[in-house]
Amino acid sequence: MENAKRKELSNLATQARMLALDAIYTAKSGHPGGSLSIVDVLTLLYNGVMNIDPANSKDPDRDRLVLSKGHGAPALYAVLAQRGYFPVEDLKHLRNVNYHLSGHVEMNHVNGIDMSAGSLGQGISAAVGMALAGKLDHKNYRVYAIMGDGEITEGQIWEAALVAAHYKLDNFCGMVDVNGLQIDGPTEKVMNTAPLDEKFRAFGWHAINVDGHDLDALEKAFAEAAATKDKPTMLLLQTVKGKGVSFMENQVGWHGKAPNADEYQQAMAELKSQMEV
Amino acid sequence: MAEKIATRAAYGDALKKDGKENERVIVLDADLSAATYSGRFAKEVPERFINCGIAEANMVGMAAGLSTTGKIPFIHSFAMFSTGRVFDQIRNSVAYPHLNVKIVGTHAGLSVGEDGATHQCLEDIALMRVLPGMTIVNPCDAVEADAAVKAVMDYEGPCYLRIGRNPVEVVMDQIPGYRFELGKGVLARDGKDVAIFATGIMVQESLKAAELLAEEGISARVINIHTIKPIDRDIIEKAARECGVIVTTEEHNIMAGFGSAVAEVVAETYPVPVIRHGVNDEFGRSGAAQQVLDAYGINAQGVVDAVHRAMSLKKK
Repeated sequence: MENAKRKELSNLATQARMLALDAIYTAKSGHPGGSLSIVDVLTLLYNGVMNIDPANSKDPDRDRLVLSKGHGAPALYAVLAQRGYFPVEDLKHLRNVNYHLSGHVEMNHVNGIDMSAGSLGQGISAAVGMALAGKLDHKNYRVYAIMGDGEITEGQIWEAALVAAHYKLDNFCGMVDVNGLQIDGPTEKVMNTAPLDEKFRAFGWHAINVDGHDLDALEKAFAEAAATKDKPTMLLLQTVKGKGVSFMENQVGWHGKAPNADEYQQAMAELKSQMEV
Repeated sequence: MAEKIATRAAYGDALKKDGKENERVIVLDADLSAATYSGRFAKEVPERFINCGIAEANMVGMAAGLSTTGKIPFIHSFAMFSTGRVFDQIRNSVAYPHLNVKIVGTHAGLSVGEDGATHQCLEDIALMRVLPGMTIVNPCDAVEADAAVKAVMDYEGPCYLRIGRNPVEVVMDQIPGYRFELGKGVLARDGKDVAIFATGIMVQESLKAAELLAEEGISARVINIHTIKPIDRDIIEKAARECGVIVTTEEHNIMAGFGSAVAEVVAETYPVPVIRHGVNDEFGRSGAAQQVLDAYGINAQGVVDAVHRAMSLKKK
């Protein structure tokens, strides 16, 4: 990746983190930890990897993304707003009963959302359905889905994994946000799922371990997924929950809690300092 | 006696016929295509049939995803597994986003017979009724099952189609001017002393019951409600006004099902006594289909008994 492009994306991601946190702070509720961990990959996807056009958001030939871990909505909403799907100012109304931005991603009122999700384990199936439709209709679009590493214990994920491999959905690229934490604690203590790469390979997938905050490595991984034929690809994103805010990083308590005024100020100051000039 | 055809057989033929013509239709099953008769479509149009394996939750989600691309997915399993097992998936991935998915539950009710309680779904109407925007269709015979397939295919939005396993008499072909219209009840027999609202296979039993009641001098109106949601409020209110007492009958738990839906309308429009006939908050059990139905009183005599109870409540 060119230096200028990397810097542009990195700043977009930092700005998205600020927008997401600002939305959660204003709403006084939301999920900062798992939003911050997926901002980098979403930024890259919507600014170069995915074939999308915000001015034609229902294009039948577009690439699609399902945020199966629907509680990461603040991150996806922020990236979509930056991209022009709806005004950035709308983010101030996250989780507000009088506005359209639901706490979990919702497709009928939020431009750019390809599937409503939030009840864990379900988004991947919808994404597999979209990929299957692409194959049946001989279309070239690709479908992406992001799961949480806590979510991965849902049995439906593995039902979908079997089907995606059985029907050779090489137009499908899944991702697991492996940030190592879930509500009740470290995933290895709550329910150990390791090794995820070997599990997906055993299910007939191409699996890639990749640093979920390294834009160059991610770009390479998406290219490798696109070049992989006859099987779906799963990216195991090695991420830091709460990435970018020192006191949130790797802290299980920041799964689903809004910052108070002091914490918000500190978080925004830290993020601002990460902007590259 | 009229010809007997299982609604699943008529359904399977209709899906094959109408689904073949409509290129948007895609059929999914969870390893029961030989029993749900979705296999008839699969044989005819294999390129638009997807076997999902025994994994109903993922099947529902895939259908949701397929529908977002403009396809019309019909998903199949026994009613127990296509509604009860996957309630959350239907609620959150289909009903909440109001996607154009057609959920088909075959082997509904006690008439599954020998397989017993685990496979006899008596709760599906209740489960689907509480989902906003869900249309519920329960055809009574082969004629109606055939018409229902085309109707739900042409309708844009989530639908649940309740289908039976056992052969049942074809009766709707004898109704003058019969025409299937979503949301509209069918006057199957006129009468003035009591109105029997029936759905599914209880339509035939109610017609038999009306014959028995006529011998006692009771004039029973029989109304076939194939669309349980949205329900035909007008035909219910009219019957309440004109007959003064109502009996409902269903091959389903009487709680939160079809009878409850009718009673809600009666209570809010023209309150008269309502007796709900069906399975009295119990599970089913194994046995030959007719024996199981008889054991639970899900037959014409059960309807007659319910009418007697209702008549005793009727205001003079």
